[in-house]
Order: sequence, then C-alpha cells, then structure tokens
Amino acid sequence: MLIEQLINGITLGSIYAIVALGFTLVFGVLGIINMAHGEIFMFGAFIGVVVTATFKGPLWLAFLAAILVTAAMGYMLERFALRPLRSKQGVSHLAPLISTIGVSILLENLSHHLFGPGNHPFRASFAEISFQIGSITVYLVQIVIFIISVLLMYALSFWLGKTKAGKALRATAENLETASLLGVDVKRTITMTVIIASAMGGIAGILVGMAFNSVTPQMGLSIGLKGLAIIILGGMGNVKGAMAGGLILGLAETFVVVYGNSGYKDAIAFVAIIVILLIRPQGLFGQKISA
Amino acid sequence: MRKQLKKFAQFTALSSLLVLSACGGDQAAGDKEEQSGGGTVKADIGVISYISGPGAAYGEAITNGLKLAQEEINSKGEVEINLVIEDSAGKQDQALTAAQKLMNSENVTGIIGPTLSTEMNVVGPEADLNGVPIMGTSTTAEGIPQIGDYVFRNSLPEALAIPAAIDKAIEKYDAKKVAILYGNDDVFTKSGFDTMKKAAEEKGLEILTIETFQKGQSDYNAQLTKIKGLNPDLILASALYNEGAVIMDQARKMGIDVPFVGGNGFNSPEVINIAGDAANGLIVATPWYGEKEDEKVQDFVSKYEEEYSKKPDQFAAQAYDALYIMAEALKNAGEADRDALRDALAEVQGFNGILGEFSFDKEGDVVMDPTVLVIEDGAFKVFE
Repeated sequence: MLIEQLINGITLGSIYAIVALGFTLVFGVLGIINMAHGEIFMFGAFIGVVVTATFKGPLWLAFLAAILVTAAMGYMLERFALRPLRSKQGVSHLAPLISTIGVSILLENLSHHLFGPGNHPFRASFAEISFQIGSITVYLVQIVIFIISVLLMYALSFWLGKTKAGKALRATAENLETASLLGVDVKRTITMTVIIASAMGGIAGILVGMAFNSVTPQMGLSIGLKGLAIIILGGMGNVKGAMAGGLILGLAETFVVVYGNSGYKDAIAFVAIIVILLIRPQGLFGQKISA
Repeated sequence: MRKQLKKFAQFTALSSLLVLSACGGDQAAGDKEEQSGGGTVKADIGVISYISGPGAAYGEAITNGLKLAQEEINSKGEVEINLVIEDSAGKQDQALTAAQKLMNSENVTGIIGPTLSTEMNVVGPEADLNGVPIMGTSTTAEGIPQIGDYVFRNSLPEALAIPAAIDKAIEKYDAKKVAILYGNDDVFTKSGFDTMKKAAEEKGLEILTIETFQKGQSDYNAQLTKIKGLNPDLILASALYNEGAVIMDQARKMGIDVPFVGGNGFNSPEVINIAGDAANGLIVATPWYGEKEDEKVQDFVSKYEEEYSKKPDQFAAQAYDALYIMAEALKNAGEADRDALRDALAEVQGFNGILGEFSFDKEGDVVMDPTVLVIEDGAFKVFE
C-alpha cells in the first residue's frame, strides 16, 4: 500500500515536473510567466482525445499531433501575444503576463466550444497495460510518465548547457540586446523557446489524459497554478529545480492523503512550499541574487 | 464643460423618463391582451441556468427540457409562457445579477432555477424578499425550500434519495463497512455527504474513512489507494458525475470492485459515457427513470431525442415537469401575478408528470417516491 502510494506520488509529481519545465524555460529566457501554458497543456490532452477516441488513431500519432498542434500554438502565442509587446517602447513589464492571461481565457473558451463541456475519456489500450508485483498493481503508463519526465529534464539540461543553440538561448536570457549585438538571432531563439515549452506542455497533456482518464477544458488552470508554484519552489528558470519541485509537490499531496486528511491536501502541500521558501527564498536550486 | 454635463444630465433624465413611460405602455397593453385573450394566461418566466463553464451540460439539459415543455404548453393554448433565459455560469455572483435583472423586469412572473444549490442559497432569499416565486429544478441540498415562502423546488432532495439507495444496497450486499468520498468545495456534494454520513450512522454501518476531493481534480489515486487498503463493502460517493465517473474509472483500474452509492449529481447517463464498463455497480436513487413503461415518459423521451438527438437525463426531465407545474399554477391563478402564482404553486397537489405523482409539502418541498437504479452492463436498470 505504501509503495502504491509512492508510485502515485511520483506519477503525479512527474506530470507536475513536465508542466513546470515548460514554465521555467519561458521564464528563464523571457522573464515572462506564461499563464497560457496550462491551457496549451489542456489542448495537448484534447488533441490526444480527438486522435485516439474520435479518429481511432494509434497512440504515437496522438503524440505527434499533440506536439505539432501545441508547437503551432506556441508559435502563435509568441507571434501575436508576446512579440508585439516586446518591440514597443514604454510597455509595462506586466503587459506580457496580462496578454498570456488573455490567451489562456481565449483557449479555455475555445476548447469549450470545440470539444464541449465536461469530462472526455481517453481510451488508449496502452493505458490499460499493468502488471502485478505481489499485491501491488503498477501501470506501464506510470513508469512511462516518470521516464519521459526524467528524459525531458536531461535533454533540456544538455541542450541548454552543451549545444550552440542552448548557449545562444542562455545569452539571450542574460541580456537580449547584448546577445543580439554578438550575432545571436534573438527573435528566432525566443520563438524556438516558446515553441519547445509549448510542445512539452502538449506531451504532459497526453500523459495526464492517459494516466487519469480525465480531460476537461478546465484542467489547465489548476495545473498551471501548480506549475507556477513549483518553479518558485525549485528556483525560477532552473531545470533541475522544476523537476525536484514537481516531485516534492506530487509526493507531498499524496502523503497528506495517506497520513492525514485529504481535505488539507492542497493546503499542506502549499504550506510546505512556503516553509521551504522561508528557509531558501531563492528556491531549492536557485542562485542567490547579489545586490 | 459644465454646460455639456448639464445637457447630458437633462438628456439622460429625459430619455429614462421616455423609457419608463414606454414600459408602462407595454404593461397596460399586456394587461388588456390578457383579459381579451379569452382565458389565456400570458406570462414571462425567467430562467437562471448554468449554461457556460464546467457544468454547462446541466444547463444545457435543463434549458432543453424547458423549451420542449414550453412548446407543448403554448400549443395547448391555455397558458402562454415566454422564457427569458439568463446564464449564471455556476457562479453565485452571476446568478444573483441574473436574478436581479429578471426580478426588476415587470413582466417576469416567476423564476425557474438557478441550477446549483450554492446559487440558490444567495438567489432564494433575494427572490423571497422581492416576492417573486422561484422554483429550483436541480437544487437538492438541505434547506432550500425553507429559505422562504416564495421558494419552491421540484427536485428530489438528497435527504430522501440517498437513504433510499443506501437501504437497498445494504439489503442486497449485506454491507457493514463503508468508505465515504466527497467533494468538499461544493454545497451540493457537501450536503450529500452530510446526508450519507447521517444515513450510514443511523443504519449502524462502520465508517472506515472519509476522504475528500475538489472540483475538477483529475487524480484520485491517493484517496482510492487508501480506501482499497481498508477493504470496504460499499463506497458512498457524493460527487457530480464529471468527477464521479473518473473516480469510478480509476477505482476499477486499481482493482476496487465494490459497488458505489451516489447522490443525485452522480445520476447521469454521462457516467456511462465517460467511465464505460467501470461505471457498472453504481447505485443511485432517482425521481427520473427514462425506461419506465409510461406513455407520458416514453413520449417525452422520443420527443427529446428527436429534438436534441440525445437521451434526456434527470435534469431535463425535472425542468420539463417544473414548467408544467408552473403552467398549472398559472392556469389556476388565472392571471400573471406574482403573489397569485405563489399561492397557486403552494396548492399544487398530486400533479401527474413524467417524474410520477408530485406534491409540494407545507414548506414548498417535494413529496414523492424515488426509484433506485443500478448501472449494469452499461445501462441504468431498476435495482432489486
């Protein structure tokens, strides 16, 4: 029973982590909290539902379609909601935050009209595969989710740290103008970042659909807020922090249910975050900002 | 600048006067028509419904049921009802704004709605204060008709439905230990939980654990794993169907195969659509059973299916009956007057609708017998 709960917690935590990775990437480069990320995640889940349930397509196609659609949405988000604000003089630094909130409301209502209200089941035979170890039932999906989240974290770390594109991205994050003077194609780098972050949101969406068999137009908001809390916990813009923060929140939520009262699930998880932040205000993996 | 302002003020005063007098004119004309119409009572009925947002499916079913009833009632010619539909989006403040808008409109004689008990708790007192009869068609929480003299409902309260379902389940499965699971952020599911807990205690059942969840949650594995470890004979779940169906799906996947007893919000064909085979073993008590061999019921089902190409659920059926009750009361009142409608509503006894025989008690609450249903092989069947 304890081990089953541990697996539940890690699965939930891995999903949080993938969502938080997308958040942290955009924040790290652009310094923008992308409030539309949760809704892009929700769209990824819906594309999965449409491909597998409506068109009876295979799962790999669902992944491909979700990645393509969410990547395209990421491009549109950058092109129409973020870029116009960046090039203008005297725009408040809060403006991109507000415009992403606008996009999130638009997407939520759009999905409401496209897919209809209520819960949509995700029928994939892959999600049914399980095996028994003693009295414990483990679903293959749970393992896959964990592996994908770890893989994504390492791939992102490698990409940011070791490749030329990653270096360009970090330079852009450091200082937009200097990077552009040094020959970095800033526009392209930023667009790439938002697209990659959105595609990761799409992947997370499909994984949630498979693991919990529940996809609704409202699922973006709560997971978006949790993603936000996780990147603050893990350290803004830090890839490993997002992963660790996601797992901590997922496990905390699960074990509050095991040992305590499920009514306090969210409360205790967030109290834990507040305590950690009191001890380490820069987040678990964040660097101290020297004045 | 000041001159302009003055002019503007004059203009608004004048135009509002004009509008007011126009309203008055309409009213007078309306009254005349009523009298000359040879017994036809014409009335506007306001509707506050959950049309957008996560529970929009409820609002859709309710307004569909109302529109179908409206068509039939108007074609009979005794009463002519005009529906004024407002959206509450499932939010208290929006429901109140919608209600105030309807109450301020002279022509609105009565109101049907709002959808959620949470909303009725704020709208009900306001309607009672303004003397507008209001009837909930889906508000099943404790204490709704007790808000005031002008507040009615035709939805079977949880306090009647849940104990009936639990009783039958205990009888059949010889249940002794139960686990309770409920949504703690909604008046409706919370009140369902209170009823369940009370009923379970009265029947001497051992409550192993009480777990909670929140609206729109997608992962229930932690709570379910805990419940699985305790091995209950029955799971009492006070949930709306959206969350409830996912809970059943995750529970069955985990290997929990005991029956679930649900409240009113759990009772929807959508549960089967969402959870598939996992929905088997859900027991609910309901005023509405679409397979009933009754001419009225079958008529309604076929008409509804023809119009909206889906099966009517309990919410559509209750809304349909509610408008008929309103029409009946309007006919008895003989005029589109708010107080007369209230008095006529209070006197409705033995009304024979698609839900069965229906009466209001002294407080405006429901008197009727529920049917207990169970999902078997992907369909609701009478639970014996």
